[in-house]
Amino acid sequence: MSYVIGCDVGSLTSKAVVLKKRRFLSSAIIPSKAKPEISAETVIKEALGGAELSLHDVQYCVSTGYGRERVAMCDKTESEIECHARAAKWLFPSVRTLIDIGGQDCKAIRMDEQGKIVKAQANDKCASGTGRFLEVMASILNVDVGELGMLSERATKKYTMSSACTLWAQAEVIKRLNSGYAVADIAAGINNAMAIRASILLNSVGIEEDVLMTGGVAKNPGVRADLENIIGHRVKRSRNADLQLAGAMGAALIAQESIRQ
Amino acid sequence: MLHAGCDVGSLTAKALVLKDGGILDSLVIRAKANPIESADEVLKTLLSGLKLDIQDIDFIVSTGYGKDQVPFSKCSRSEIVCHARGAWASHPSTRTVIDIGGQDAKVTRVDENGNVLNYRYNDKCASGTGRFLEVMGKALEIELEEMGEIVKESTREISFSNQCVIFAETEVVSMVNEGVAIPDILAGLSRSLASRVAALARSVGREADVVFTGGVAKNSAVKQALAKALNIDLMSPAEIDPQVIGAYGAALLAREICESGEDLQQAV
Repeated sequence: MSYVIGCDVGSLTSKAVVLKKRRFLSSAIIPSKAKPEISAETVIKEALGGAELSLHDVQYCVSTGYGRERVAMCDKTESEIECHARAAKWLFPSVRTLIDIGGQDCKAIRMDEQGKIVKAQANDKCASGTGRFLEVMASILNVDVGELGMLSERATKKYTMSSACTLWAQAEVIKRLNSGYAVADIAAGINNAMAIRASILLNSVGIEEDVLMTGGVAKNPGVRADLENIIGHRVKRSRNADLQLAGAMGAALIAQESIRQ
Repeated sequence: MLHAGCDVGSLTAKALVLKDGGILDSLVIRAKANPIESADEVLKTLLSGLKLDIQDIDFIVSTGYGKDQVPFSKCSRSEIVCHARGAWASHPSTRTVIDIGGQDAKVTRVDENGNVLNYRYNDKCASGTGRFLEVMGKALEIELEEMGEIVKESTREISFSNQCVIFAETEVVSMVNEGVAIPDILAGLSRSLASRVAALARSVGREADVVFTGGVAKNSAVKQALAKALNIDLMSPAEIDPQVIGAYGAALLAREICESGEDLQQAV
């Protein structure tokens, strides 16, 4: 009975993490469905299945993410900023600055030594600088969004995108493709544009080491390398943890605390 | 004397011919793959309808996004100057010109002689330009030209939570799926675009009279929403398609350059 769940219902993917006494048991990531409640139910069942558990074993559940209010089985909801900060602190106690790039928003968070949030800024107004930008660009290049980062590493030429707006960038990428640019070079330019936007948001909260990146885009090595270059700080890597799960992980940690109280 | 203006935009190309300062005819076509082709086709088609040839034109001024690639024009002028001149010529009382094109929006203040005082424009963000409506039209399977009529059937005021074209498109699709009436969606989108451009206009100051030009000026829903957002009467150019005001201004400048007697080489 002492299992807890954190569930992060995002715009593009839904994530769930199962913990027992702050120990990681299992997780799941699925593409989000049309309805957040169905996404949550599906991803929670999948994560529980991975640990051979069922809903009856769950003592407490915290939801976060864009669809968090619609997760019926949850005991509590928590903001994404709070969850990401909590997970970052748990993974790397030295982290002071965090950038979370999700499917349709981007958040920069600065924390103190206790992991308390000092300053946070979010962009959910403009698709550029969010995972959506990469999704749109990947579909034009006809590659999986997960491949974009690796393509960057194969680039031989650097070119900068002249427009930030996703719509104008779209036209620019099509033009480059038609004039015979290598896909890897274009991909590198796309990742670079993403890193520039992320750096602007990070600078708005002030950067203090260590820096961590979470969310789906954290898995893109091209964006990470460019971001390190632009901000002049190393961005921490995690060998064990899937940083796309950070929101769900933070939610699960909060669930854990809730039973203790 | 015959003068012509050629305005090569991102979505359309426009041409206009003047005879002794009076408008002979004008034409708007969809832009071709490159600005050279667009300019060539729009001007040649217009002239052939008038039984004229490029050699018959005394001077041609080009403007618009592709202005420096127009092969038969030796002189180009900025869109800001051309729209200001065209709007002012059509209404000498013009003090502010709001121009919404396919890929940008500009607000220009002019003095009593039609000279540009200052201006602001947005070409960084697709929302707040004609492209916004184009993308939404595609999502709704509605032609740009039909929008004004369809909006008239709107009965309910809805608003969008997203300004970004990419996010608003998703919002439109989910509204359609939820069964929101198309005229209401279109009216909401028109207000959305108008509020972006109104913010731009406020940043420049909007002294009356305000003339609305560019392709989007033909959309009565946007015009109405923009007038309401700015709390001001918006004028349309007199007896001329608002979409060819840039070409009109360019043609007027061509005439001025000739009449001023200045060395044409120098003007170029």
